[in-house]
Amino acid sequence: MTAMLNIKDLRAYYGQVQALHGLSFSLNEGSLTTLLGANGAGKTTTLRAICNMVRSTGAIEFEGKPIGNRSTENVVRLGIAHVPQGRGTFTNMTVEENLQLGAITRGDKKNIVADIERMYDHFPVLKQRYTQQAGTLSGGEQQMLAVARALMLRPRLMLLDEPSFGLAPLVVRDLFRIFSKINREDKVTILVVEQNAQLALELADHAYVIETGRIVMSGNAKDVANNEDVRKSYLGY
Amino acid sequence: MELFANQVLAGIATGAIYACMALAVVMIYQAIDHLNFAQGEMAMFSTFMSWQMMQWGVPYWWAFILTVILSFIGGILIERLLFKPLAKAPVLTNVAGFIALFAIVNSVAGLIWDFTIKQYPTPFGSSPFLGSQLISTHQAGMVGVTVLLLAGLYFFFQFTRIGLAMRAAASLPESARLVGINTSWMIALGWGMASAIGAIAGMLIAPVVFLEPNMMGGVLIYGFASAVLGGLSSPLGAVIGGFLVGVFENLAGTYIPGVGNELKLPIALALIITVLVVKPAGLFGRPIVKRV
Ligand SMILES: Nc1ncnc2c1ncn2[C@@H]1O[C@H](COP(=O)(O)OP(=O)(O)O)[C@@H](O)[C@H]1O
Ligand SMILES: [Mg+2]
Repeated sequence: MTAMLNIKDLRAYYGQVQALHGLSFSLNEGSLTTLLGANGAGKTTTLRAICNMVRSTGAIEFEGKPIGNRSTENVVRLGIAHVPQGRGTFTNMTVEENLQLGAITRGDKKNIVADIERMYDHFPVLKQRYTQQAGTLSGGEQQMLAVARALMLRPRLMLLDEPSFGLAPLVVRDLFRIFSKINREDKVTILVVEQNAQLALELADHAYVIETGRIVMSGNAKDVANNEDVRKSYLGY
Repeated sequence: MELFANQVLAGIATGAIYACMALAVVMIYQAIDHLNFAQGEMAMFSTFMSWQMMQWGVPYWWAFILTVILSFIGGILIERLLFKPLAKAPVLTNVAGFIALFAIVNSVAGLIWDFTIKQYPTPFGSSPFLGSQLISTHQAGMVGVTVLLLAGLYFFFQFTRIGLAMRAAASLPESARLVGINTSWMIALGWGMASAIGAIAGMLIAPVVFLEPNMMGGVLIYGFASAVLGGLSSPLGAVIGGFLVGVFENLAGTYIPGVGNELKLPIALALIITVLVVKPAGLFGRPIVKRV
């Protein structure tokens, strides 16, 4: 397998404050990888650095090409969809408009309608509410909408920032099942950031653990799940 | 009764112009969170350009269309050259930018076309509209063109992809970039459209207020009053605010003893202050719906 995303010695800064201290990792094409770490470890910053939303140095390569100097919108146009922490829903627009926005850069207008239907298959609850203002959806529904919006890009790579945050366990399980399905059926490579490690480790094939801006462990998700330190710190047993 | 109807209709006609100016102001405010104090001067300059073309023999509607296009391009250039570099600058720097733009446009217009008052033609004529003494054909034309413009804008923002992208960029720039929208160009486009809308307002009101470099001063203050009344976050509110202010201005001038023409402007200012105190979000400013 070839690496789809390759990150070397990534350092990121908020003003004078350094949040990432030389972080390196890679994602294999077609993989479902999880990036675990405690609150404040630098998970969100890592995803933001990939999309050039925070000042950073180091090398970021996507499908062999350096993307570190591209603007956020030009990174996205390469097929990298980012579901940000907090979801980034366009709350004053309808559900359908949010989905349309996900596909706003696509030239193949004909297929967009069919893709919206596919999203309604994945997330039937969105279909019932497509004319409703997105801000009136529940947290779980908004998370589904955020994922659906990202998929409307027909991404090659999807970055998900704590999709389980604030959701009921059953909703989280549904959501992760859908990630798995998207990963297998649509061949979308997925990087999911989680604090809530259990489910992520069950579904992922590869895992990285990040602490204060550095990768401290990496490996097959099953092995990481069985590691004693990880169990104590992130799984609670 | 005749007087009342007359004043209401005349108010709707000038209200149409206030609505356009308010809409232009709101479009830029939505994009960059600043009030464009120079919106009126830009409109005045556009109007002079159209007048100049007509002096050179260009027919009215050709001059009208050319001016709209040139104003659109001019608005984009102003954003690219002056306000894009100021995007991350403090508020006061931006305010200084707007005041500089105001002063420069005003004096350049005075330099080229001098400060004497000029007649400006109307393509609609100024006879009674449909034989009625209530409203002139020019006033009816002002309302007609404005309604067409507003309908066009509504269609653009509601049913085109680029309109959707502009709305997204204005409401949540970061999310907009994350779906691949070039928000910087959306801001420039907003400037171009605001400039073009202002040009239309200027050309429609010029036969009424006459053409001179300070012609839009009062109009812009009413435009601000309308935008504040309707809510700076709501384009629709700004438009409704424009019509309300137009009617209110005329009725106050006619029926409140002692107001007359000289006191109309202070009334607009009083209206701005009252709205800001009583209902800062304006009549239609949307309280944000959010559930987590
Ligand atoms: N906007 C910001 N300004 C300053 N510091 C920040 C900002 N965002 C994050 N940080 C700091 O960067 C570090 C990493 O944060 P973050 O990437 O959000 O962590 P995580 O997503 O793993 O919880 C933390 O120490 C945090 O305090
Ligand atoms: Mg985070």
